[in-house]
Amino acid sequence: MTMVASHAEPFRFSMLIYDTRYRSLTIQVIALVAVLTFFGWIVHNTIGNLAALGKTFSFDFLGQRAGYDINQHLIPYSNDSTHARAAVVGILNTLLVAALGCATATVIGVFVGVLRLSPNWLVGRLAAIYVETFRNVPVLLWILALMAIITDIFPAPNAFRGDDATASMLLGGTVALTNRGAYLPWPVLGPGWQAIAIILALSLAAVWAFGRFAHARQQATGRTLPTFWIKLGLLVVPALLAHALTGAVTWDVPVLQRFNFQGGGFIDKSLVALWFALALFTGAFVAEIVRSGILAVSRGQSEAAAALGLRPRRIMSLVVLPQALRVIVPPLISQYLNLTKNSSLAIVVGYADVRATLGGITMNQTGRELECMILMMGFYLLISLAISAIMNLYNASVALKER
Amino acid sequence: MHKAVVLGAFAGLALAAGAASAATLDDVKARGTLKCGVNAGLAGFAAPDQNGRWTGFDVAYCRALAAAIFGDQEKVEFTPTTTETRFTALVSGEIDVLARNSTWTFTRDVDLKMDFIGVNYYDGQGFMVPKALGVTSAKELDDAMICIQTGTTTELNLADFFKTNGMSYQPVPIQTEAEARQQFLGGACDAYTTDASGLAAARSGYPNPDDYIILPEIISKEPLGPVVRHGDNQWADIGRWTLNALVEAEELGITKANLEEMKGSQNPEVRRLLGVDGSLGKMFGLSDDWAYNAIAANGNYGEIFAATIGEGTPSNLARGLNAQWKDGGLLYSPPFR
Repeated sequence: MTMVASHAEPFRFSMLIYDTRYRSLTIQVIALVAVLTFFGWIVHNTIGNLAALGKTFSFDFLGQRAGYDINQHLIPYSNDSTHARAAVVGILNTLLVAALGCATATVIGVFVGVLRLSPNWLVGRLAAIYVETFRNVPVLLWILALMAIITDIFPAPNAFRGDDATASMLLGGTVALTNRGAYLPWPVLGPGWQAIAIILALSLAAVWAFGRFAHARQQATGRTLPTFWIKLGLLVVPALLAHALTGAVTWDVPVLQRFNFQGGGFIDKSLVALWFALALFTGAFVAEIVRSGILAVSRGQSEAAAALGLRPRRIMSLVVLPQALRVIVPPLISQYLNLTKNSSLAIVVGYADVRATLGGITMNQTGRELECMILMMGFYLLISLAISAIMNLYNASVALKER
Repeated sequence: MHKAVVLGAFAGLALAAGAASAATLDDVKARGTLKCGVNAGLAGFAAPDQNGRWTGFDVAYCRALAAAIFGDQEKVEFTPTTTETRFTALVSGEIDVLARNSTWTFTRDVDLKMDFIGVNYYDGQGFMVPKALGVTSAKELDDAMICIQTGTTTELNLADFFKTNGMSYQPVPIQTEAEARQQFLGGACDAYTTDASGLAAARSGYPNPDDYIILPEIISKEPLGPVVRHGDNQWADIGRWTLNALVEAEELGITKANLEEMKGSQNPEVRRLLGVDGSLGKMFGLSDDWAYNAIAANGNYGEIFAATIGEGTPSNLARGLNAQWKDGGLLYSPPFR
């Protein structure tokens, strides 16, 4: 059927429905009008209901003083800061736990996924038990369970006190694991720390450059170098030398005071509980994705690699996994998005993520439900789109390039 | 889309021009039950007993209100609310009245579009610590970890108190009394702060209450009272005067036991209150024996207080500021005339 009408028919309005050339256009226009009417009605309804309740729709509350304290904040924050700053603190906390969770979940997932395919029967079954247990229980229950476990297993700071202390610090009196969180030694940047930072940056560049050099040398001559140890040395030795010379970075060690340990770094147990619960839960899904990706690579690949004389571990890391990644990455994106959104359960363990600050305390104190909800949903939408955009970039780069 | 929004904006302006008066009393009568929002579980104030029937100081107020409207104190549905959901539930219409030991503040009254219809408990914020810590004053709590319920005035007062005294603290956010109990008893926080009445109620439920002390500092005024939505003056009047009726009954010496006998009293105030003379009830859409029914439910204010949170109960709270004005307290009902 040609696209151009060869007969000169005058246009009639019934052709909009009966003529296949125009029908789809008509239906789309009608559908568009219906959708727009629907949204228009919703907005109109909302405005009417808000007016009836006497509430206004404004974002002015973001500039008002928050008045409450947040226990974990990556940027400076006090109860004199604005609600907007509290929201930013919450956003950064969400991003932190999402990043930590995604990284840990990937590591756990790859590890368990490969283990499940192990020819060792016991190892395979243990991995299967892990996957089935963690997948089938809701993540909220895992978060609460981990929180309860941490509260019960670890001692209170008071137990570290006195001559008959029932608990003691680890690593030579520098690390304390309590039922409130982990107290760790934290580096204090003294004068001259910039020099060490520059040297560290240069070391990283040197490591990268050496990696390319070693790879090129292997391609040209076939001789390899012990890259792992050389890279480790390049990374660590110059920085250590600089530190020994200048003494710029000292350690702040936690010391037991009247109520708690003071000094050093503190990781709240709510962050730990949330991080590991999310990582273990999502890791089970990632394990299944990894397993399916590995099984998707044809057996001929691993047989050919074995015929070439590669050992099983190198077959997996050099031949199978790189090809499996094409199958793994798209569902992996979904799991990262799930983890990020599941982190909104943080309020049940008292972790100050965006749902707890903007969508919890701020919404409660100011009464602005609609505005806070819209902001929160906008934030989660933005984050999810960003994560999937980044991962799709990676996906496109490893995709099979068709001829 | 633009046209719909413009039309919607005009319609919204038109609606805003006229005040919307939702006739809550008619809704409640048509439904046949009063919907009351209460604390999810605070001993003495609102908690289900072993048969699942709600009892407590705030619950008794709602029962009195239901009795005033229907003549039956069982015609009420209780909705447990957390600090996060209580005001949204009220403003959205899910509940008709909120009796959840909520503090009357400016922003809640003005900005959050609610009306506090009275104070049924004059309270203040305090701290509870384990005796083993050896702390005797709230000013010694520098660098402590403090369990605090989010979305409350307590949170804001705590921040102000520590800032005024140049101390710092770490908040441990919790959502409910049950969570507070778990964290505080487990040693995850050094102190627990909420209204002094809440502290007493919580402590009464601990396995060894004598191991915990409530510090002497009361750092804020917390007038607790029931709340209704903006926009319905008749409903607010009903709620307000039911509470006043309970207080006035105690002042006049009317108890649950001597109600019938008091109906024959010659005191004109008593006669007006109990509906023997005049017709106060009809003025806001209730029957004339509305106050009689309200008092018949669980007695007057003093009797409710003594039965739920007074001396002799596990909470063991003294009347203190909550005594009648003639006894040196703050309870003062306007006259029923």
